[in-house]
Parts: sequence; C-alpha cells; structure tokens
Amino acid sequence: MFDDLRELYQEVILDHSKNPRNFRHPEDANHEAHGYNPLCGDTVDVYLKMGHNGLIEDAAFEGKGCAISLASASMMTEIIKGKTETQAKHIFDGFQKLVKGEENDFDAGEDTERLMMLAGVKEFPMRVKCATLAWHAMTSAMDDKPDVSTE
Amino acid sequence: MNDMTTFDVEKIRRDFPIFSREVHGRPLAFLDSGASAQKPTAVLEAVQKAYAETYANVHRGVHYLSQVSTELYEGAREIVRAHMNAASVDEIIFTKNATESINLVANSYGWAILKPGDEIILSTLEHHSNIVPWQLIAEKTGAVVKAVPIDAHGEFMLDKYLDMLGPKTKIVAVTHISNAIGTITPVREIIDAAHDAGAVVLIDGSQAAPHMKIDMQSLGADFYVFTGHKVFGPTGIGVLYGKAELLDAMPPFLGGGDMIERVTFAKTTYAKGHAKFEAGTPPIVQAIGLGAAINYVNEIGFDKIGAHEQALLAYATEQLQSINSLRIIGQAKHKAAIISFTLDGVHPHDIGTIVDRGGVAIRVGHHCAQPLMDHFDVAATARASMALYNNRADIDALVASVKSVQEIFG
Repeated sequence: MFDDLRELYQEVILDHSKNPRNFRHPEDANHEAHGYNPLCGDTVDVYLKMGHNGLIEDAAFEGKGCAISLASASMMTEIIKGKTETQAKHIFDGFQKLVKGEENDFDAGEDTERLMMLAGVKEFPMRVKCATLAWHAMTSAMDDKPDVSTE
Repeated sequence: MNDMTTFDVEKIRRDFPIFSREVHGRPLAFLDSGASAQKPTAVLEAVQKAYAETYANVHRGVHYLSQVSTELYEGAREIVRAHMNAASVDEIIFTKNATESINLVANSYGWAILKPGDEIILSTLEHHSNIVPWQLIAEKTGAVVKAVPIDAHGEFMLDKYLDMLGPKTKIVAVTHISNAIGTITPVREIIDAAHDAGAVVLIDGSQAAPHMKIDMQSLGADFYVFTGHKVFGPTGIGVLYGKAELLDAMPPFLGGGDMIERVTFAKTTYAKGHAKFEAGTPPIVQAIGLGAAINYVNEIGFDKIGAHEQALLAYATEQLQSINSLRIIGQAKHKAAIISFTLDGVHPHDIGTIVDRGGVAIRVGHHCAQPLMDHFDVAATARASMALYNNRADIDALVASVKSVQEIFG
C-alpha cells in the first residue's frame, strides 16, 4: 500500500467518516447554508447556532459525500463549537492553505494536531474541494449566504 | 494491415504509444475510454503530417496546399460517410463534438418546428448533453420534455415509450448506448415507432461509435451524432449525420464564412448541403485525424472488436461480482463494455483516488447523467469503461485495486 494513501486515509479520518460527529439538524440553529460540489454531486448542509458576540454555540451538519468531505465536516463542527466567528474564519484560512500545500507552518492553536490529520489531502489536488466544502458552507452560513458551490 | 483472422490485443496495445508509460510506478490500466479514448500512432501521424506537410485553410485558396488540405478534409468526410453508410456526403456535418451536434439539431430543426405543447421524448439513460439542449429549446418554444423510464436493470422500457408516443410527439432523442451503465437501447424499434407516430429521431451514438458498426441506411435514424475523441480520434471534432431532406429544409445554426452562397446587407443566401452548417474555418486537422481513426478501427473490424470487448466485459463482470459488498449498477441484457459499480460504505471518489495509485484510471462521479443516478438512488458510481486495447491484466489490476480499497476502509 502506498504511504500517501495511508497518510490520506488515516484511522482518525476513517472513524470520522464512518461515525460523523454532530451529524444532525439542530432545531435552534439560526444560521445555515447548503454546500454543493457540482463536479461530484456531493452536498452538505451546515447548521450553526450563533450567540452573542459572534460565539458559535452549536455547529452541526448533514450531507452526502466521500470520506474526506465527511471527516472534514465532522472535525470542523467539533473544532468551531465554542469559537467566535472571527476565530473560525481564521482557522479556515489556515486550513485551506494547509490542504492546498501552501502552508508549511500551520498553526491553529489547540486544533493544530487534529487538522493536520487532513494534511495528506495536499498530495491529492483533485480532492481539495472535498476537504473544504463544509468549511465554505460554514462561512456562507455565518455571512447569511444560503448557498455555496465549489465551482 | 492487421491480420484479419485473429484479434491480438497485445499487438493492438503497441499501436497506442501511451501504453508504454507507467502511472504512479505501475503499468497503466486505462479503463476510462468512455470519457475519452487513447490515440493510435496512425492518428498521431496523420495529424502530424497534416500540419507538417499539407496544412492550409480549406475551401478558399486556389493555391496548391489549400487544394490538398481541402481534398484531405473532404476525404475525411467520405471516410465517415462510408463508415456510417450514409447516402451522401451532404448528410455528414463536421462539428466540434457530439454536444454541438445535438445543439445544432435542437436549435435549427427544433426551433423551426416546435410549437407550444409539442413533445420531445428523451430517456432516463441520457447524458446531460442529450437533455439540456432540449430543455433550452423547449423553454424557448413552449414544447415539453418527457423522459422514458428505465427498469431496475437499467433497460429502456419500450412499452412505456410506445404509450408516450402520440400526435404531440415531434422529436425523439435517445442514446444508442448509456455512457454511465452500458445499456444498449433497442434503437431500431425506437426509430420505427417514432416514425409511425410522425416524429423524427436523433440517436446519440457517442458511446456506440467506438464499439459497433453503425449503418444509417439500415437504421433509419433521422439524425445520428457521435464525437471523434471517443472513437480514438482527436478532440474538437464531432459528427452530425442528418437525412438530406431534413437538412435541406433546416435553417442555419451558426452564421459566418463558408456557409453562405451570397452575402449582401439586404439579404444573404446560404450554401447548400453540409456547407450550410459549417460556418467558419472548420476543425480541418481534427477531421483528418478522425478519418485516420475510422480507417484504423475498420482495418481491425468491428466484429472482432465487439467479440473481444464482450469477452472482456463478461470476465470483468464475473471478477467484480466476486468482491463482497460490490454492487454493479445497470445489468441490462445487452450491454457495451461499461461497468458502473458502488462499494458499500465507500464513496466512489475514495475508490477513484485509491485505485489511481494502483495505475488504474476509472471515472468516478455522476457521469453527466444525474437523472440516471437519481433512478438508482446513488449520487455517484465508479465506472470502468473498456475499449479494444484493454486486456485481462487491466481488469485484474482493477480488481486488485478495489480489494485494496476494502483493506483501507476495513
């Protein structure tokens, strides 16, 4: 088996894809967005409950997708919960650069190690959109843009 | 010339330079010919020679090279005519691809004849390129698009189709072979029934052209389209066959040079025959390359190509079916060498990425056939599509790679 495949499909990634966390539609969500990748037909709906001062009190998602997109969405909901809107967007900026191979000194504080699990995507340029679909939907939800397409 | 009595796939593979390369350190197992086929040396040399030795624009100059170039370009049209057994070269129009051929018919013929409430009948098997042009023209004319259903095996439901035909049916546009699942449709019955109902028929032969002999006079289709790059020719060249009496009555699609008889600002008259539909400088070298590709497959012979591919399809089907949790999508009785499949618990994109590392090129996704994916309740599938140059080693590589997908996903 090839090392870059093992790197991409780590146990943690497979676990998140098979048992995605926060895979639900919270009734009290006050921001949501639909993400769509027309290339593969994958979809994700991201639900956020935003409190005062831009604090993300709850984050969840539903959708269909490959292991990379499901794992990324699942990990994202865990990471952004309890963060502010500004913090979440800042993490996404760094994460996007990480999976595109543009960031060598990725630092997302306490979340660095977890997000580094997805760094293997940079060896597979065709899969970057899978890894970032839910994140794009998350920022759209915050900005009240209900739909995002990766094309 | 190839030996006419045997089919030697290893000899054929040597005709295609790409098979001398490796991908990710593995021999290339190219199982994505349904998306676009590889090119034999005969085509590459014809293209190179056309640019290096005889290139000039066609139908214009009186100089020597323009004449030679015109003869080669028109010679390619005759190769296509003979290959399709069309009655006249005026029935063969060169386009950019099959998509443009369908758009031409929709915008010229469709625009001229469709009235509000008229019906255009398609099928659930169609590629988006045989759906969207009809939806666009239906929007402009008030016509209605309907789709013939398919059954659980992916068969075109002829009885439902016969029920749908009626006095409002003006156009039937159906694929000859499904690009996504390989179903061969009963085109002869489809065409005859449409004619009985007074409708004209367009057949999308994009997937049929690489696999079988197509005969316009025997089939009786009013329009038949295919693309060059799937039949081992260059990209940028497509074919539209149309019955002469229909083409003659149709308005032009694109306007420009080469398609006119006389231009004045008061009134322009149009060229006759195929020229009316070939505005501007055509894909000259691409057409010459397509001619070389058609000569290449005919030298081998579609009877042998078909037998080889069907044997390979049977082998691949048997091997893939032996894999636990693999489900073949589309099991029509008559299929071309295309297998769509899913693996329980694994998204097709993950399958595609993993098998690629084993040197295996397959298509994963919706195959530009989302209504068909909806029918089978899947967002996407993995698709192995075979051609005359594939061998059992390619299938073995696919099967081994799919097993490694299962290892990774546990």
